[in-house]
Amino acid sequence: MQNNETTSARSVGGTDEHRVIEGVPSAISIRDFNLWYGDFQALKNITLEIPKNRATAFIGPSGCGKSTLLRTFNRMCDFVESVRTDGTIEFGGEDIFQMDANALRVYVGMVFQHPNPFPMSIRENILYGPKRMGRLSKSEADEIVERTLTRAALWDEVKDKLDHSGLGLSGGQQQRLCIARALATDPSVLLMDEPTSALDPISTGMVEELMQQLSEDHTVVVVTHNMQQATRVADKTAFFYLGELVEAGPTKELFSHPKEKLTNDYLTGRFS
Amino acid sequence: MAKLMPKRRLENIGLGITGACVALVAIVVIALIFMVAQQGLTTFFVDGIDPIEFLTGQHWIPEQDTYGALPMIVGSFAVTLLSTLFALPIAIGSAMFVVEVAPGFGKRVFQPFIELLVGIPSVVYGVLGLYIINSLMRSIFGEAAGTGAGILSGAIVLAVMILPTITTLSIDALRAVPNQYREGSYALGCTRWQTIWHVVLKSALPSLMTAVILGMTRAFGETLAVQMVIGGVERSMPSGLLDPASTLTAALTAGLSNATSGSVYYHALWSLGLILLAMSLVFILIIHLIGKKGAKDNG
Repeated sequence: MQNNETTSARSVGGTDEHRVIEGVPSAISIRDFNLWYGDFQALKNITLEIPKNRATAFIGPSGCGKSTLLRTFNRMCDFVESVRTDGTIEFGGEDIFQMDANALRVYVGMVFQHPNPFPMSIRENILYGPKRMGRLSKSEADEIVERTLTRAALWDEVKDKLDHSGLGLSGGQQQRLCIARALATDPSVLLMDEPTSALDPISTGMVEELMQQLSEDHTVVVVTHNMQQATRVADKTAFFYLGELVEAGPTKELFSHPKEKLTNDYLTGRFS
Repeated sequence: MAKLMPKRRLENIGLGITGACVALVAIVVIALIFMVAQQGLTTFFVDGIDPIEFLTGQHWIPEQDTYGALPMIVGSFAVTLLSTLFALPIAIGSAMFVVEVAPGFGKRVFQPFIELLVGIPSVVYGVLGLYIINSLMRSIFGEAAGTGAGILSGAIVLAVMILPTITTLSIDALRAVPNQYREGSYALGCTRWQTIWHVVLKSALPSLMTAVILGMTRAFGETLAVQMVIGGVERSMPSGLLDPASTLTAALTAGLSNATSGSVYYHALWSLGLILLAMSLVFILIIHLIGKKGAKDNG
């Protein structure tokens, strides 16, 4: 049984081979970054490179700041009152805090923990982002819908009901719809905030496979509570604890030979 | 076994009391509809007035036994639609500001403020309307406004009266939109107003429509304040918004003191009541239909 589960997870999740991250240019560079919510410092002196067109996983116990950092990449943290930052985060060589947040979010897409399709048709969900950027011809719109849904491995399941409500889909389908929706603005970075924690194992497997495929031409950053998920999908893994970046490196290396005792303790389940 | 008996009796008593409450409400509603229908229909079946003529007749002159309710029907619909038209943009606009832009200010300052408006008795609105709106009409439109009493004055007063209802319900409707819709929209690079327009308003639409209909119901049924500012002329059709007119409710209250019980006039007034009742049933039906459609759209 144990064995079976492992093999199926492997086969669904694709290969176990992680791609090299050394020498790969950075999509996002974080330097001496600090973030406070009021008086509480949620992120402490983070310096980290997110490799371009690779999958990077953020792991660590609840409240360690991994989601906060992820939400900083597309400035979703702006909506939290009393948030204050210092240090730099560069995206494409530009300081994201100097950029227009709305423009940044077009290039840095996000998928949330709970699938959140809008209460409209599947087609309208996909076209929501592109339509806000300018007029679309019918053929352009159709092309975007088919391309993104195919990319999100949902096309075959929904191609005959594009005008049905997105809320009528199953949880796993909804999450893939959200991935397709995020792809529709043609982002180069895809942020995923525990994207499978609300899904069943089969849907989880599909989304994990998607993450791997997407990371071939997108920079994928995923926050996960599930360490197996990090080993399956991520080329690079960063471990956070109490707002600090404890250790980051190639996933295989970090899991097999952690440099820090804290990392080792976490990976072996001494605390969570 | 013997010990269980009192418990069972208690159950029966509970069932009896709550059941009686339901029966009482049902009886009151049925009796009310029956009573109004019986008296209202007497006009047509006993007094021999043609119902079509009653609904489409353009003159209401009881002394000559001429009973055409169209002037009041038009008056009621005109003030209802106009007041909704005036109140709606302001209500939705302030609801958007309060929910999406300044939630703190909305909770602490704006909502108590708007709730104050709900509590003001309608006679106060009537007096204010009589002295402020009517004279305002005179100074703006001069001769054309006559005394200042008319459909437009009635609609403005009603707009102020239904504004808190629509605003409060719109605020609730926008607040009920799940935050994850907003997050989803922002994450796609949309601005606040794009988000409000394309996601928040869209998903709140059924509830917003319910808010509007409830406001209209209130406007349609309001009597006193309208009666004070509209001029109370039901004899003939109003020819413009500045013309004095009357509404179903205003004509009904004004007429009751003059009508002898059992007369044709008396029954005709009941018929006005029957029209009012039918209209409120229609409003309620619309609300239910919207609610059903909303539930279906949201999966």
